[in-house]
Amino acid sequence: MNPRRKKRLAIVGSILIGIGAVAGLVLYALSQNIDLFFTPSEITQGKKETGLKPSLGQRIRIGGLVVPGTVKRDPESLKVSFKLSDMTMPIVFKDSDPMVTVYYEGILPDLFREGQGIVANGTLAEHPPTGLSIEASEVLAKHDENYMPAELAEAAGQKHDKATYSEKQLESKKANSY
Amino acid sequence: MWKWLHPYANPEVSYHLTNRLLPWLSAFSAIFLSIGLVWALLFAPADYQQGHSFRIFYIHVPAASLSMGIYVSMAIAAFSSLVWQLKLADASAAAMAPVGAAFTAIALITGAAWGKPMWGTWWIWDARLTSELILLFLYLGVIALHNAFEDKNLAGKAAGILTLVGVVNIPIIKYSVEWWNTLHQGSTVSKLGKPSMSLDMLWPFIFCFIGFSFLVALIICLRFRNEILARNSIRPWVRELVKKHNS
Repeated sequence: MNPRRKKRLAIVGSILIGIGAVAGLVLYALSQNIDLFFTPSEITQGKKETGLKPSLGQRIRIGGLVVPGTVKRDPESLKVSFKLSDMTMPIVFKDSDPMVTVYYEGILPDLFREGQGIVANGTLAEHPPTGLSIEASEVLAKHDENYMPAELAEAAGQKHDKATYSEKQLESKKANSY
Repeated sequence: MWKWLHPYANPEVSYHLTNRLLPWLSAFSAIFLSIGLVWALLFAPADYQQGHSFRIFYIHVPAASLSMGIYVSMAIAAFSSLVWQLKLADASAAAMAPVGAAFTAIALITGAAWGKPMWGTWWIWDARLTSELILLFLYLGVIALHNAFEDKNLAGKAAGILTLVGVVNIPIIKYSVEWWNTLHQGSTVSKLGKPSMSLDMLWPFIFCFIGFSFLVALIICLRFRNEILARNSIRPWVRELVKKHNS
């Protein structure tokens, strides 16, 4: 390689390395803020590295798995509450896991299931009997990366019915929004 | 070692190479895309949770990974143009940018269309979606710079520097779902070991992916050919070609 090309190679190479280093440092510094949501254990015990903990009344997003058997739906309205626990592999639900209760009023997304990943957006509050809770204004379903046909899923014992709503429940929504 | 590449630095040789490649690329993309899309959209089994909505996967995932793949090849072209000052590398980078931008847009739009029924929202500012949007802006910036200067060499240099700066974004897009918690799910197909998909859903995906890759190669080849002709329009061999075409 002739000296001019060598020089250009060195310049371009050092620009690339410099930008890579800058981006790496910025992302490292911001890593806590880039996370979309807090997990239930981060809300109860604080983030692992910094110990940062959201305060009561703060507007946050929470992400976790819906604990089976904790979904309570009001038969008269669209009010629903459920508990979230951390998304850890393999999925086992223990009563000792840190859990946060979510209260929500509205239609749940199609993918909402017990055991499904959920991201909820709302304010952190404390309800004495259940501990920390989120009063959610939005519930989003987080899909996992697994895809399978229905027959396979049934063979594996996966439940896959989506929530249905009665006339009465939907009426209450109309009454509230108008 | 690079001896066999040297003839292709000549625009005329490269032009004839694209002419030879075009029929093959069109044939392969037509075959793979028609098999893959028909299989994926009509015969692949529906997902147990998402039903038929999951079929958008067969367009969304190839578009998204190709949007990153095109960027990497554009960056390699920009790098060789900056270091070895190959004019043709600039022409190929200029040919690739709009194709990459289109595929990024397809990935974003199909993702939003899937996100509304499945997640419950069209858009969320999580790390994956935001970094992919930045990729679209990088492409638009590169296209703008290629067209901002009368002098094509200067334009190529400016666009090349932006392209190389933007390369940082590619690993961020790829690993965003692992480094941070996001609403977007992790990758299904490119996981080492076994993909998280049953085989009768995976095979049509492989056909679609190969088909879209050939389609991208075909479009880039056509655009590259046009770039070569436009940039060499005063050369005698191009005039010769036009004369032959008109007579």
